[in-house]
Amino acid sequence: MFRRIEPAPAAGTLVFDGRSIAFQAGDSVATALIAAGVERFRDHPRDAAPRAPYCMMGVCFECLVEIDGRQNQQACLIPARDGMVVHVQTGARQIPERGHDR
Amino acid sequence: MTADRMDTDHIAADRTSHDWDAVVIGTGPAGMAAAAALAEGGARTLVVDEQPEIGGQIYRAIERNRNHSRLARILGADYLRGAPLAERLRASGAEISLGTLVWRIDEERGVWIRRHGAIERVSARAVVLATGAMERPVPTPGWTLPGVMGIGALQIALKSGGLVPAGRLVLAGSGPLFLLFARQCLAAGVRDMVLLDTSDSTHLLGGLPLLPRALTGEGWRYLLKGAGLLAALRRAGVPFYRGVRDIALEGERHVTAIRFVHRGGAARLACDTVGLHEGVIPQQQITRSLGCAHEFNPAQGSFRPVLGASGTTDLPGIHVAGDAGGIIGAQASAHDGNIAALAILRDIGRLAPEAAERRIAAETRARHAHLTVRPFLDRLYPPRAEILAPADDTVICRCENVTAGALREAVGRGVTGPNQAKAFLRCGMGPCQGRLCGPTATAIIAAATHRSPEETGYYRVRTPLKPVTVGELAGLADHGAPNAERNRERPS
Repeated sequence: MFRRIEPAPAAGTLVFDGRSIAFQAGDSVATALIAAGVERFRDHPRDAAPRAPYCMMGVCFECLVEIDGRQNQQACLIPARDGMVVHVQTGARQIPERGHDR
Repeated sequence: MTADRMDTDHIAADRTSHDWDAVVIGTGPAGMAAAAALAEGGARTLVVDEQPEIGGQIYRAIERNRNHSRLARILGADYLRGAPLAERLRASGAEISLGTLVWRIDEERGVWIRRHGAIERVSARAVVLATGAMERPVPTPGWTLPGVMGIGALQIALKSGGLVPAGRLVLAGSGPLFLLFARQCLAAGVRDMVLLDTSDSTHLLGGLPLLPRALTGEGWRYLLKGAGLLAALRRAGVPFYRGVRDIALEGERHVTAIRFVHRGGAARLACDTVGLHEGVIPQQQITRSLGCAHEFNPAQGSFRPVLGASGTTDLPGIHVAGDAGGIIGAQASAHDGNIAALAILRDIGRLAPEAAERRIAAETRARHAHLTVRPFLDRLYPPRAEILAPADDTVICRCENVTAGALREAVGRGVTGPNQAKAFLRCGMGPCQGRLCGPTATAIIAAATHRSPEETGYYRVRTPLKPVTVGELAGLADHGAPNAERNRERPS
């Protein structure tokens, strides 16, 4: 669990697995989620164990989530945006449907 | 002067065929300095960073935080050194492209980027790789549990989101960042914190002969800072266990406890968040993908690209600056960036050779003053032995869940190097492409085959350096760019 050293006004709201999460200016999707107490970003494709951000700088790929319908998104690199729809990524990457995997 | 004239003619002709005089990759201290110096010298300069803000990891979110009085105070004076560098970059006229991923560099200094979901190739007469460092992977039982992160990662959460761990925080590791982050947590009001120092007091004895040199140049400032951090932590009464080893994390869905051995006895602490850290290593993905020669630096326990003066690689026009070329720290990295830029300005005819030589000499002296302390620090804080020789059941490849034992068994079946191990075990073939297991795989195979890390080698790094989709590449093909059809999406 994390806490903000100084609360700031919300810059927007994203939805994570159906739950509304307010974020602050400058938050990546990963900072927004860990600030909100999210502990599980994805289930590992091999053993389904929960995984969460490890490096926060784009090298470990543990923070992969689904964002606005696109899988395998690095939550630590992508700025949080108002109205974003984020899901836990479960299992291996799905075969993209036509036109889905832009 | 004939040679110079011919060179200039050649470059004048070359100018028309490139999008930029220089492309700089990374906006940490080396990249900011390089891009600023290039643009100040009249070079058409593009600087890109994968992150949405300039500063790299060391000066992460510097432009936001410099005016945030509380965070600025917590992060301290060395962090705020990034502010004038950021100002210099902004004023230099260099074009800054953030949120921009570099996924390939080709032999003609074409830099393949993805920004706003679109792929482009930009070409340059010179490229500066200022991709910096990453935390050394620390394979430890239970390190894949949520709640276990790099100490550098925890510090990024503080810099970018003003976040500190709630509940009990255990920091386990050694080195300057270990102490600095503990001190920053203290300043940020983290009350329930326990420090497990994995450095070995015998290393101090080994380091003593290096101490006199460490006091010269700017070295004494680093030592004084370290002493100040330790004193502040002691004054605050932060529990501090020294000489800790055999660390393991416990938990089902999240870390709940840390086990370790201290003074020969087993200990266990309940906790909510664990930070691990055993120093930083150069990011090798781009230099490896280019096929640059690399050497193993035993003092730092890591590979680095073989570089000439002013950061030149064995590929014409491709330079490395800062920690990506070997760990030198933020301030030396900024000088490194200036040096690479001055050499490039000279090479493209923007700076007279005599002036370049004079300014490079001054930057080199300034850089050197920050390096006097490095051999002492390297000796004092080597990575703890168990992360280079993890127990058999420890996961080394987080992406594919490959254990140290599986790798050793594969070596027993005849695997002689990291690339064969990939084929046998899939280690290094997950989404991180070996970034988090490469150093460990080399160390384990080297030990098992009684060879040096250099003889053992490292994963061959292939492009795309990060996953790029077929759709994104198709977009490139639609715009008539060459060679797009040769690139295929990485299976994942």
